[in-house]
Amino acid sequence: MQIVISGLAVGCVYGLIALGFVLIYKATETVNFAQGELMMIGAYFAYTMAELWHWPFLLSVLLAILATALVGAAIERVLLRPIEGEPTIAVIMVTLAIGMIARGVASAMPGWGTDTHHLRVPYQGGLVDLFQARLSMEHIVIVCSTAGLCLALFYFFRAAKLGLAMRAVSQNQLAAYYIGIPVSGTNARVWALSGGIAAVAGILMAPITFVHINMGSVGVMAIPAAVIGGFGSIPGAVAGGLILGLCESLAGLYLPEGFKDAAPHVLVLLVLMIKPSGLFADQIRKKV
Amino acid sequence: MSTVPMLALRNIEASYGPVTAIRGVSLEVPPGVIVALLGANGAGKTSILKAISGILKPTKGSIQLAGLRVDGLSPERIVNAGVAHAPEGREIFPLLTVHENLRLGAYIRADSEVAKDIDAAYSYFPELRQRARDMAGQLSGGQQQMLSIARSLLIQPKLLLLDEPSLGLSPRLTEEIVAIITRINREHGTTILLVEQNARIALRTASYAYVMEVGRIVLEGSSETLSEHQDVKEYYLGIKADSVRGEKRWKRRKSWN
Ligand SMILES: Nc1ncnc2c1ncn2[C@@H]1O[C@H](COP(=O)(O)OP(=O)(O)OP(=O)(O)O)[C@@H](O)[C@H]1O
Ligand SMILES: [Mg+2]
Repeated sequence: MQIVISGLAVGCVYGLIALGFVLIYKATETVNFAQGELMMIGAYFAYTMAELWHWPFLLSVLLAILATALVGAAIERVLLRPIEGEPTIAVIMVTLAIGMIARGVASAMPGWGTDTHHLRVPYQGGLVDLFQARLSMEHIVIVCSTAGLCLALFYFFRAAKLGLAMRAVSQNQLAAYYIGIPVSGTNARVWALSGGIAAVAGILMAPITFVHINMGSVGVMAIPAAVIGGFGSIPGAVAGGLILGLCESLAGLYLPEGFKDAAPHVLVLLVLMIKPSGLFADQIRKKV
Repeated sequence: MSTVPMLALRNIEASYGPVTAIRGVSLEVPPGVIVALLGANGAGKTSILKAISGILKPTKGSIQLAGLRVDGLSPERIVNAGVAHAPEGREIFPLLTVHENLRLGAYIRADSEVAKDIDAAYSYFPELRQRARDMAGQLSGGQQQMLSIARSLLIQPKLLLLDEPSLGLSPRLTEEIVAIITRINREHGTTILLVEQNARIALRTASYAYVMEVGRIVLEGSSETLSEHQDVKEYYLGIKADSVRGEKRWKRRKSWN
């Protein structure tokens, strides 16, 4: 049970990063390799406000999420919009560069540096007994927050005008122009949303892995999670993350040392062989 | 015409990279009327509509909407100025429901009448009401065409640009669409620029028409005049000219060239 919950918790973080990654991919067909770094930035923002400036924890979390969202929007506006229409490889290089620069800047920041930092959370070290299992509060918070966030997003994409507009732009950009949706502005908002989600992932992750400049490396799991979920499916991304997290922790328990890290990738290969379009691919293909 | 035209193009030129699609087009659409734009494949009809809605930036000339210049504005500014464009090729959002597609048609609006207007759109197109909860991508081609027109109505446009609304529709559906276009014009006073290959339909629906060929306007006139015009009859209505002057068909040149 503990293993399942901790696997789910790690899976939630993978899922959230994959979610932000898929949002951006669907809206702009940009593969954002800096998603993990957005997460790192979010965690550092929260750490700075809560630990260095001693602001209240919840306020720090909210402001960190907002600030990371702004960073996301700024990346779209300043770095990616000018190269719109350039070959995919150029865009990928830019997002890779953003990730590396972000790590470099973070290590040079006073108070951040290359050390490992501790973001103290109010629920630190708490334990809950449930079904004869002892669960750590950190894991429970991760699972519950992710579930809550997913519900909110589900509602947002179904009912809110901006959410519908984001889906519309990702499905047919030309038609979006024809009905007066500001396409670039909407894409900047997608980046903001994605940055905010990454910050949530980073803050949730902080009590477990601590805050350090390489914490964004879990971002590499976003791609396999997205692939398992059917690249481009939003619920699929979260499900893919959960599956990976579970698979990783179960492999760590039952398989010899070393398999823990390989297991998720073996799983990706298996999924690709059996169902190349992923487990949750959109039912109707876009007509081209 | 003493009133300010709803739409006025002056000497518009536009190109796709090296390909010049429009070579100096001027045309006017008076408020409240339906004007048709005819022409063969590749004449540049769609390009003109794209230039009006800001998708294709004109390289020369001016476009005025009710006396205000709109050329060079972004597409969303032009929609906000009151121009709706139902493009050719059923540009719908396939993974959104019919209802969500219509809701997005009203994206630029913040008033409380949207629900009422969606209902009005459904009464123009009852088939869409039955499919309201279905994904738009599952509709038939004709139904997608209706959805695209219905969605553009939700903008509450002053000027409606319709690009080949009858394309690929059965004769019965074509009749239906024509009737609806006429109703929209009558009931809301919407000015309409109608692009059609089907000249018979266009001349019946519109009161005035322009004929385009390779990027230029080559002929214009009231629908009655054009319906009687030799070349329109022969090349667009498919009525063989009785060779009064004994000319062979293949020898005859269109008189406007
Ligand atoms: N996206 C594009 N890129 C390059 N050239 C284009 C593009 N769209 C149209 N053209 C060219 O511009 C010219 C006019 O095309 P346009 O689509 O305006 O014609 P049309 O009158 O609408 O034709 P149809 O009746 O077939 O829809 C054509 O020569 C066409 O090849
Ligand atoms: Mg066309």
